[in-house]
Amino acid sequence: MAVIKAEIRSGSYFDSAVLMQLQRSLGQLEGIQDAGVVMGTEENKEILAHIDLLSPEVQASKPDDMVVVVRAENEEAANNALGSVDELLSRKKSNVDQEYRPKSLEGAAEMLPDASWVLISVAGRFAARVAHQALDLGKHVFLFSDNVSVEEEISLKNKAAEKGLLVMGPDCGTAMISGIGLGFANKIRKGPIGVVAAAGTGLQQVTTRIHQLGSGITHGIGTGGRDLKEPIGAATFLMALDVLARDPETKVITLVSKPPAPKVAEKVIRQARKINKPVVINFIARKPTTRQDGNLYFATGMDDAAALSVQLAENTPDVTSGPELPLDKFAEGQRYFRGLFSGGTLAYEAQFLLEEFVPRVWANAPIKKENQLKDSLSSEEHTIVDLGEDEFTVGRLHPMMDNEMRIRRLMEEARDPEVAVIMLDVVIGYGSHPDPASELAPAIKNAKTLAEKAGRYLEVVVVATGTDEDPQVLDTQVEQLRDAGAWVSSSNEEVVKYAGSILQALNQEAEKEYVFTPIDLSTLKKDLEAINVGLESFAENLVDQETPVIHVEWKPPAGGNDKLMSILDRMKKFS
Amino acid sequence: MTINIDQANQKVIDAFMDARPMVTGVAPARDVIPGMHDNLLLHAGPPATWENMSGPVRGAMIGALLFEGRAKSAEEAEEMLSSGKFEFAPCHHYDSTGPMAGVMSPSMLVYIVENTTTGYKAFSGLNEGRGKVLRMGAYSEEVINRMQWLNDVLGPAVDAALKEMGGLDIRTLLAKALHMGDDGHNRLDAASLLYTNLLAPYITKTAKDADTASEIIKFLGENALSVLNPVMAGCKTMTQAGHNVEGSTIVTVMARNGTDIGIRVSGLGDQWFTAPAPVVDALYFPGFTEKDASRDIGDSTITETAGIGGFAMASAPALVTFIGGTPRDAINTTLDMYEITFGEHKHFSIPFLDFRGTPTGVDIRKVVEKNMPPRVNTGVAHKDPGVGQVGAGVVSVPMSVFEDALVAFAEKYGI
Repeated sequence: MAVIKAEIRSGSYFDSAVLMQLQRSLGQLEGIQDAGVVMGTEENKEILAHIDLLSPEVQASKPDDMVVVVRAENEEAANNALGSVDELLSRKKSNVDQEYRPKSLEGAAEMLPDASWVLISVAGRFAARVAHQALDLGKHVFLFSDNVSVEEEISLKNKAAEKGLLVMGPDCGTAMISGIGLGFANKIRKGPIGVVAAAGTGLQQVTTRIHQLGSGITHGIGTGGRDLKEPIGAATFLMALDVLARDPETKVITLVSKPPAPKVAEKVIRQARKINKPVVINFIARKPTTRQDGNLYFATGMDDAAALSVQLAENTPDVTSGPELPLDKFAEGQRYFRGLFSGGTLAYEAQFLLEEFVPRVWANAPIKKENQLKDSLSSEEHTIVDLGEDEFTVGRLHPMMDNEMRIRRLMEEARDPEVAVIMLDVVIGYGSHPDPASELAPAIKNAKTLAEKAGRYLEVVVVATGTDEDPQVLDTQVEQLRDAGAWVSSSNEEVVKYAGSILQALNQEAEKEYVFTPIDLSTLKKDLEAINVGLESFAENLVDQETPVIHVEWKPPAGGNDKLMSILDRMKKFS
Repeated sequence: MTINIDQANQKVIDAFMDARPMVTGVAPARDVIPGMHDNLLLHAGPPATWENMSGPVRGAMIGALLFEGRAKSAEEAEEMLSSGKFEFAPCHHYDSTGPMAGVMSPSMLVYIVENTTTGYKAFSGLNEGRGKVLRMGAYSEEVINRMQWLNDVLGPAVDAALKEMGGLDIRTLLAKALHMGDDGHNRLDAASLLYTNLLAPYITKTAKDADTASEIIKFLGENALSVLNPVMAGCKTMTQAGHNVEGSTIVTVMARNGTDIGIRVSGLGDQWFTAPAPVVDALYFPGFTEKDASRDIGDSTITETAGIGGFAMASAPALVTFIGGTPRDAINTTLDMYEITFGEHKHFSIPFLDFRGTPTGVDIRKVVEKNMPPRVNTGVAHKDPGVGQVGAGVVSVPMSVFEDALVAFAEKYGI
């Protein structure tokens, strides 16, 4: 037997729509067959009578009374329904302060025009499209999504390079910009170390170790796992390196990656070498051949990289650029090195050191067999010849004593239009030529003149090994050589590195240079504001870090319909 | 020819916004609507046949024949209507717009609204108020009598008043009403009072006596929808000004007839893109449920098409009670509509949003890209002829009409 119960509220006026809403809510409660919520007018009472919702008290209600009446399966259900009226009326108001959620990136950009960052974690199929939109709006991109094709990555990174924007990713799990973590990020102290890492956990491991060691970071830039592979060619890595190099707060730069493609690694290292800051490099599983090389520091692992970085940040060595390189003077096509040595070990070390700057060094006495010069009398590309080898000394004095053969070879190399740098060693002391510079200096001068007349520039570098107390007197030798225009040092390593830097620069210009618009540093340094498209937790993380963020209530474009998407894309060309 | 969609769209919404609709008078439909004839009956929405016509439209058609004196009874009217003797056509094919069923017959008085910028004229009937009304499909004696009174008493006096005052500026009236809590479609309380206030001094002069003037002014003042019809015709002049612009993706008509919903797109000429009209998510008057409801109906979505109505909901927070929600929902509805519109109105603004212009010009590209159809607030008619309104609520235009239009656009322009 159904129960009809009513409640009359005198003098409380509600808009009829509020009443309808309440009526609907009551009608949905368990055990309620029908509900009526109306003002007590005659007309309304007629309607209630018609649908069997009239009770004597309802009948007595006046036009200014709010009538709440239910027909329920039993007494209890009726009482429950009437007891919930206040809650139902107040529930309507609870969401008043809920923030508006834009439905698109452009809508979000209007709401937060200062946002420089867009976090994207939508399904891979749509991710590139959203990332392109973000770049078109002039925003840096943190691209967490995976399953983005290599072609799409290239196209995104080309656009980013053109616009001076970062595309961190795809498949970039973490980044830290000005102390704010994006994606999966740890809370890392601000400090003097800038980190660039291919992807997630490497960056997290190194930066957390830096933090534990008491230091901190300026920015931790992720690049995505494929960035250091051949087709992408370190597009993001190089832009990140460049922006950290220009950031005055970054004292040390740390690079971390899984094993990169060798050619790409060299590209990164060449770029890093140009920076006037210590750069710590840890390319996992790529065994460092040296601990330090100029401003480059090679770590043996991530832990070591962190420790080395902190140490260098605390006690920053002066790595401001070495000697100025005469790069402008060379003619087009000049790009090779020729080393004409009298000393075997000097020649050997030069080969080893030079390989860090150029891909291959031919030699008559090579470190690696495959670099064996076919004909010791005829140089190829970069070549180091040890003229003290037996093949040259048969029936002839050792070149330490007799300069004649070296001078002849010097002139020969000087005539080669592809030669840029010639290196000689001058070893003095008891038993050596009494005054080698007296013969070599004029020859150097001639060689340089010869090149000059041919419209070229020839750099002749000399390592002079000896002391002030030697009979030939080191300083006297050096002076003569310098007067002839040679670049002289008593350190073999210094000379080779100077030569190597020149060669690297010349050969790098020969290979296609990666051109990009530099990132505006201020966009990294200002208080971070971001737009989030995809995983809501990334927006929540930013809110927790008190960072302004707009979360986009994103839906797949055109409902994921490929045909419509492709029409929309084509339409862009008509607008 | 290469089109530039953005430029074309800018031209369209500029034309929308530069339109200056003036209500200039009231006259019988057959005298002023080009092409109107004795056997032509206009209805809301895209084309319909007697066979597929929804209950409310059928009811209003029956009412129209009773009103015209062509039939003596509902049965006779139905017989005549199904005989093939009458031609049925969308209001939009005759420069007209009608709320709900939108039925207009030759003898009915209609408002004449002229866009003084272009000289284009649009038409709409006289509003009957709320309750049992012809536009909701009711045709009882009381309904027909009211129609008669509108034609015999109210219409002529308002016509004389409008002529006496030299026309009434709808755009200015709407701009003011948006700052007084109206949205320009479902909430026209302020606009109707403004309208009454503007007309009253002249009606006192043009009505045949003081009692009649009093009766007319009372009716206009008490009917919160008095101005709905001239507003709709005004919006029609705005969107028509932007219709037929080569290369534009802006919607110039959205209309429903209880059976189908249809849109037209500026750059696609007079082609309709239609889908079955959706069911309204509504709150119902006591005694009615969703089972009683007609599908979505009426030409009043011309207001949203012009950049007001549901799109301007942020200026009408009181309206949210209509659909169940909070004032924040009203603001969010407007913010949502910015996502799918091409521009912002220069004459209609929203105080709460720092007087930002209302979202104007539905762009089919954005609707499809964001998978976000325009949202409309609307009244709900009973599905059967002769009953009337049963509730009110909110409805989204089906996505398929925009998708079909986008595909047609790509085909037409070789994209």
